[in-house]
Amino acid sequence: MKIIILGAGQVGATLAINLAGEDNDITVVDIDHKKLRSLQDHLDLRTIIGYGSHPEILEQAGAEDADMLIAVTNSDEINMIACQVAYSIFKTPTKIARIRNSAYLKYDKLFDAKNLPVDYVISPELSVVKYIKRLIENPGALQVVDFADGLVQLVAVRAYYGGLLVGNALSALKDHMPNIETRVAAVFRKGKAILPTGDTVIEADDEIFFIAASHHIRQITGELQKLENPYRRIMIVGGGNIGKGLARALEENFEVKLIETQSKRALSISDELENTIVLHGDGSNKELLVDENIDLMDLFIAVTNKDEANIMSALLAKKMGVRKTMVLINNSAYTDLLHGESIDIVVSPQHTTTSSLLRHIRRGDVANVHSLRRGAAEAIEAVAHGTEDTSKVVGKAIGEIELPPGTTIAAIVRENKVIIAHHNIVIQTDDHVILFMIDKKYVKDVEQLFQVDLSFF
Amino acid sequence: MQIQLIIRILGILLMIFSISMIPPFIVSILYADGGGYAFFIGFLISLSVGMMLFIPRRKITGELRARDGFLVVVLFWTVLSLFAALPLYLSNIPGFNLSSAVFEAFSGLTTTGATAIVGLDDLPHAVLFYRQQLQWLGGMGIIVLAVAILPMLGIGGMQLYRAETPGPVKDSKLTPKIAGTAKALWNIYLGLTIACALSYWWAGMGLFDAITHSFSTVAIGGFSTHDASIGWFDNPNIEIVCMIFMLISGINFSLHFVTVRSLSIEPYANDLEFRTYISMLLIITLVVLIVLLAHGDKGFSDSLRDAAFQTISLATTTGFTTENFSTWPIFLPALLIFASFVGGCAGSTAGGIKVIRFLLLFKQGAREIRKLIHPNAIFKIRIGHSVLSENIIEAVWGFFATYVALFFIFMFILMGDGLDQVTAFSAVAACMNNLGPGLGEVAVNYAGISDLSKWVLSIAMLFGRLEIFTLLVLFTPAYWRK
Repeated sequence: MKIIILGAGQVGATLAINLAGEDNDITVVDIDHKKLRSLQDHLDLRTIIGYGSHPEILEQAGAEDADMLIAVTNSDEINMIACQVAYSIFKTPTKIARIRNSAYLKYDKLFDAKNLPVDYVISPELSVVKYIKRLIENPGALQVVDFADGLVQLVAVRAYYGGLLVGNALSALKDHMPNIETRVAAVFRKGKAILPTGDTVIEADDEIFFIAASHHIRQITGELQKLENPYRRIMIVGGGNIGKGLARALEENFEVKLIETQSKRALSISDELENTIVLHGDGSNKELLVDENIDLMDLFIAVTNKDEANIMSALLAKKMGVRKTMVLINNSAYTDLLHGESIDIVVSPQHTTTSSLLRHIRRGDVANVHSLRRGAAEAIEAVAHGTEDTSKVVGKAIGEIELPPGTTIAAIVRENKVIIAHHNIVIQTDDHVILFMIDKKYVKDVEQLFQVDLSFF
Repeated sequence: MQIQLIIRILGILLMIFSISMIPPFIVSILYADGGGYAFFIGFLISLSVGMMLFIPRRKITGELRARDGFLVVVLFWTVLSLFAALPLYLSNIPGFNLSSAVFEAFSGLTTTGATAIVGLDDLPHAVLFYRQQLQWLGGMGIIVLAVAILPMLGIGGMQLYRAETPGPVKDSKLTPKIAGTAKALWNIYLGLTIACALSYWWAGMGLFDAITHSFSTVAIGGFSTHDASIGWFDNPNIEIVCMIFMLISGINFSLHFVTVRSLSIEPYANDLEFRTYISMLLIITLVVLIVLLAHGDKGFSDSLRDAAFQTISLATTTGFTTENFSTWPIFLPALLIFASFVGGCAGSTAGGIKVIRFLLLFKQGAREIRKLIHPNAIFKIRIGHSVLSENIIEAVWGFFATYVALFFIFMFILMGDGLDQVTAFSAVAACMNNLGPGLGEVAVNYAGISDLSKWVLSIAMLFGRLEIFTLLVLFTPAYWRK
């Protein structure tokens, strides 16, 4: 696919890294030649210096025969205009824009072919907020992603001593909870993937991905670790878009405190947040944390735009007795340093954004894509189309489908009902099939599996 | 430094290169000239050495870093040139020793076109074909070819590509993927070669001569299958065809690419380097014509024919000859040798310092003068409408200074080896600029100079082809520091 990415910032660069490895022709446009230079040095792509919304720059970038334009510069307005230009002058089929400011997002009418021709809007802050919210609702989970509008969830948890299943084979799960259906999609032991069978014995410190209907997640988590109490008191550091959005999403059901360093910003968010205690101060100020009873807090979330500040304040809070810490980290080099230390959960905004974009890039009818384990693994929700003659999956039992290595079918959603995958379940047309891939290099094979032969048309 | 990985790549490239010894072998069978044996042995040796390098390391993976690229490119050019010399050495060419074979191979691959062979017309067809083919492979760059056909060179390929491509701005890609860019370049190159061969054939060359000369014309090489070069045919049509294709091949290939894709000649008209290149050739032709008319005894049309052909051939650094230009009034040979310093456009198959660099040097000079008049003004250097960064301009100055310095070093070595000043000067110029024929003792061929001079000139050719820095960086201690 020929893809033009406007903006070589965090999101643009992460996207370029993800997509350049997958046989796409990528052109990145930015005004900062240093950023472009470093991309050009490490990836097989083309770079163009200039303003991404200018028609002549887009033309140089090959907009005339591009399949997709992804506008992720740090200005919402430039992103929108770039999509307009691509639509009006170059007829680019798919246009995606990042819109940060929620003021634009309130009106559905705004983004359509007659008005602002943006096919898909992505808003990283919003997806990060949703992502963190899901993690808070499932204490103990490392990662929670939704499929089929939240009917099914894929959850990553770490197994600890105290979990009932730890030390037992997976098949014991069925005996413990006869009424609950689940499927373990993958087990990662010391960073290496194991394809799970009924005989696989779960050890402490394994990272386990399982899929189940949303309302069963908590019970299954309890099998793998001592069940945590739900969070009640939450402290957020950083009152930016993410911090504010998070407080708003959580303040109904939790006791939320938010710390912001700039007094002006603190004032303005306290206007908007009715049930949150907004504190003006520094998140790494020991006295402030003591005064606000940090030791009684269940969860400490650091979401300022400085990675280092987030890490340090979380370490401090943990030392002072907070139950769990969660930090937002942009620099992926840090992510690997931190997992499993006194920081319990690391959230990287690029991956949530990449996930929401990958959906549009995958071929075939793909409803959802989630990038897992920092981009190495992937979970896909693909829709099966066609008939037994034209499709490679329809009409076949799951056991008969030849899947690429490391790939499992985890669940099927049929007419809003969740069916956990078994060997003998036959896939029907319009089923949403949820697949888990340990290694995303086989993504192409999975795409092909779900493409309908041309004779269908 | 990832030595194992580099050796692995070298092994693969050597195996691929060994295939290039098959066509001469086939030619020798077709013409039953008995020259095939050397090529078959050369093929076996190159292939087996390549396999010995590759097979033990076939499982090594990793990515080339920017600095590894230089070493790969330089190793590749030197190793290949040495292996390319093998069949020439084995071919029993009269008066040929190892130094001559290496000189000939370097001259071929770097598209210089200087030859150490006397009596080309009596050699087997296989040898003749092989020499021309070497030039053709060297013209667009073997690394570019390797990048085009080997997907495994993907990311590291950009480092290699950058180290081999001529010109001051090396990051421009024609397509998003490096392999696509390399393929596009080779397709244009292949297309030009076929067109050139057909035109030669139409103009009256035999099939063998047409194909072999198209190789060395499009590569801006200058090897011929005859001692008398293009002059052997004594055919104005052939000379015109030759001039046209030398002219085209001296133009930046990305201009050709854009033109083919947009189907309009506008890209040429808008390109400052192209316009400078053409104007320069016209002016020099005119000067040569005037001097020839004033001093020579030929008529206008013959003088024009000589002037135009020799100017284009030498200024683009091809090095074909129709006339022994070294016997012209001394002003002309000197002018033409100096014109070869300018050479062709960046991104072409031509040698020399490149038109764009001279253009930038000139603009920089003009800017200094304007600065004297307006001390506080800020002047930017532009090519067309786009402003060039100061880094590029500094790099051009650095390149120019180093080029001149190296030139003198090589010249003094040759003079120390006993060559006279004119011969030493012109030989180094002809080799560093990848031109070919020089003046004095090396006006016709390089058979008469010593072995030491041949080795020195071989290195000079490599410096010229790799545009100095790629090779020079390996001689700095900082490169080898961990």
